[in-house]
Amino acid sequence: MEQTILFYVFAALTVCSAAVVVFSRSVIYAAFSLLFTFLGVAGLYVLLSADFIAVAQIMVYIGGILILLVFGVMLTRNATDVEIRAGTLNTLPALAVATAIAAILIVVFTQARDDWMQVRNIPSIEGTSLELGELLLTTYILPFEVAGILLLVAVMGAALIARR
Amino acid sequence: MLEIGLTHYLIVSALLFCLGFLALTIRRNAVLMLMGIELMLNSANINLIAFSRYQGLMLDGHVLALFVIILAAAEAAVALAIVLHIYRTHNTVEADRISSLKE
Repeated sequence: MEQTILFYVFAALTVCSAAVVVFSRSVIYAAFSLLFTFLGVAGLYVLLSADFIAVAQIMVYIGGILILLVFGVMLTRNATDVEIRAGTLNTLPALAVATAIAAILIVVFTQARDDWMQVRNIPSIEGTSLELGELLLTTYILPFEVAGILLLVAVMGAALIARR
Repeated sequence: MLEIGLTHYLIVSALLFCLGFLALTIRRNAVLMLMGIELMLNSANINLIAFSRYQGLMLDGHVLALFVIILAAAEAAVALAIVLHIYRTHNTVEADRISSLKE
């Protein structure tokens, strides 16, 4: 029962603050509302008993990506402009397409097989970090190392592009 | 109230995906378009975690979601660097005013 209430709270937080990101007139308000979207998604991860992913979400998205985006907003502010222009373009066609996509997805999800609704053989959950670490260092060792190299290259490339 | 099932999470992620798509299409500011991309990546991650949970907590979905988070971080760093560079050369970050390939 508490899980149901918590799910609706986090879902409403996620969707409403994402709507603010899309429609707010100020870029900085959009950035701050993105914070609540990421928090809501992290809450949904906790409800799905994905503790490690929830912590990674908070650390990477809120601690890293959001800070980067806020820096991007502030560094690209034109000193002569009083307000950051945050207008929208082609709103009605885009709204129509997005509504159509949402409708199709929701119809497909709700018409699909009924046995999706049940949690299958709930194991005793004592945190996923141990198993996740074992998976990362055995089955998924190659993608894990490649991701490390990718991060190194991305950081070097970002520094190079931004300094030039 | 009915039990929260997989469908509820999928609907939240569908809504989040469409909002990200909207941000990507209707916004002119490049930083806001990046925020839209992050929203879409987050919705894909919710799907991965939800399916992994409702298959009886198989952790392969978690590993895939972790790689998506890693890629999102790399993408944000490189994209922000490109946006800063565009701002320096064009003095604007509005996507519809950046139309020249060569100065």
